[in-house]
Amino acid sequence: MPTAIRATGLVKTYGEVVALDKLDLEVEEGTVMGLLGPNGAGKTTAVRVLTTLLRPDAGAAEVAGVDVLRSPQELRRRIGVSGQYAAVDEHLTGFENLDMVGRLYHLGAKASRARAHELLAQFDLTEAADRTVKGYSGGMRRRLDLAGALVARPPVLFLDEPTTGLDPRSRLGMWDVIEGLVRGGTTLLLTTQYLEEADRLADRIAVIDHGRVIALGTADQLKAQVGGERVEVVLGDPAQLPTALEHTRGFGLAEASVDERDRRLTVPVDGGSEDLVELLTRLHRGGVAVSEAGLRRPTLDDVFLTLTGHAAEGVPGPASGSTADVSQEGVA
Amino acid sequence: MPDSRNALAEAVGDATVITRRNLRKIVRVPDLLVFTTLSPIMFVLLFAYVFGNAIGTQGTGVDYKEFLVAGVFAQTVVFGATFTGYSLAEDLQKGIIDRFRSLPMSPSSVVVGRTVSDIGINVISLVVMALTGLLVGWRIRTSVLEALGGFLVLLAFAFAISWIMAAVGLVVRTPEVVNNASFMVIFPLTFIANTFVAIDSLPGPLATFANWNPVSSVTQAARELFGNTHPSAPPPDVWALQHPVAYTLLWVVLILLVFVPLSIRLYRHAASR
Repeated sequence: MPTAIRATGLVKTYGEVVALDKLDLEVEEGTVMGLLGPNGAGKTTAVRVLTTLLRPDAGAAEVAGVDVLRSPQELRRRIGVSGQYAAVDEHLTGFENLDMVGRLYHLGAKASRARAHELLAQFDLTEAADRTVKGYSGGMRRRLDLAGALVARPPVLFLDEPTTGLDPRSRLGMWDVIEGLVRGGTTLLLTTQYLEEADRLADRIAVIDHGRVIALGTADQLKAQVGGERVEVVLGDPAQLPTALEHTRGFGLAEASVDERDRRLTVPVDGGSEDLVELLTRLHRGGVAVSEAGLRRPTLDDVFLTLTGHAAEGVPGPASGSTADVSQEGVA
Repeated sequence: MPDSRNALAEAVGDATVITRRNLRKIVRVPDLLVFTTLSPIMFVLLFAYVFGNAIGTQGTGVDYKEFLVAGVFAQTVVFGATFTGYSLAEDLQKGIIDRFRSLPMSPSSVVVGRTVSDIGINVISLVVMALTGLLVGWRIRTSVLEALGGFLVLLAFAFAISWIMAAVGLVVRTPEVVNNASFMVIFPLTFIANTFVAIDSLPGPLATFANWNPVSSVTQAARELFGNTHPSAPPPDVWALQHPVAYTLLWVVLILLVFVPLSIRLYRHAASR
């Protein structure tokens, strides 16, 4: 399959901060690539470079067969971009916003109007079409912004954290919309901090940390890379967490990770249900009250924590303090 | 292949789209409507009734009300120009410029559309002020054509200032800071001039500054073109005020030559951070 997006050795620094550190990326035509990483990993910087908003210090990039650095104006005709903050004009109506974008794509007055109406219908905004965006909800603004990115039916689409800040219901709605787009054959580069989102929408996932790709593959490949299974227990009393940790010492493939907020202990294992029984027995003997327990396959969360935990701290196995933080961010 | 004529047509078309977008806001944003209509009315009334009688004719030989109307016009359109920088900073802050920059539109159109629509805002302010002025006794004592010339000089000068403000807005990037910073400059600029007092009344260094201040020349030009001067109060004997239209237009051209390319360049780089 031909490549729709190709980035090689992208570097961007802001003073001391390295936002992109020789980032390489390839996305095949008609597929969805998820860029997954924590805040400040370089996801947005990568999107800004690939959409001509930012010039990299070094490296090259080609999108939809156009050299990003040499022919930015030509590229802008072939891409759609929807940013992290809905870039819609709140004093214009929904219709006026889309009509304006159509004209700036030089579609012509008639075609711009028609396309605006079509997109408003597609995104369930027809009723709100003639109201100013000021009165729109967050979800409506995001949908309008996404509609704006689709005005010229671009073959390549960039969505930078399309659901950040949305409530769960709007998020599900947005996912449906995005899935619909992809079925139409659009190549999509999507950035997200939400593992669930990458898992559901992306064909392939690139985990980014400190401006470079640290892992790449399908969600299943990435999960397999982490290996094993996870035994997870939720304690009845948070005060017993240290005692519980004590009893899991030497158990499982690596040290347990702790989520203090949710009173949860997670231990990577490879012995299946026997390990679950074994752990529960140990905790029971130690007098630790367990309110929930289970065995599960690794999630992207585990992948993410394992990979970025290594990169951030240089220690094998996720350390409890930072993993708790990241996991909160991941599921928040 | 787009030839240069197509490129120009596209640039004009894009700037028109942006201008229309900006003008729509005048009626939709209450703050903006107050800024363009009510505050100019207030200024004319304030100066006419509070200062109009207190300051007297200042030896200008002209009724003070008539003398200060051109000054109020000049000050208001210069203040109006700050809106250019404010709005660009706001668009940057809200990410709308990011959206524009990702579209295949002409790179000059956002700033051109902005400065052009701000002429529209100043036209509204001038019409409102002129009507208010007429109500309180201001009169045009020349021909329609000359009066029109007076308004055009005011608008041309404000347009040039708009381009300076565009650069300020694109560098500063915070709307409130743009306002505060430019007011620090514009207040002295519009007061150390012949806007509200005769320059003779100012102390030495301030008088020299006022003589060559383009706000003085634009005010003087408008006064002459409206016929609000008086033979017994000739302008100071400096070239700038003896040839106020020429001197003002010289400033306009100089400012545009520097700030049009500069602001467009700043726009192209403003988003790419």
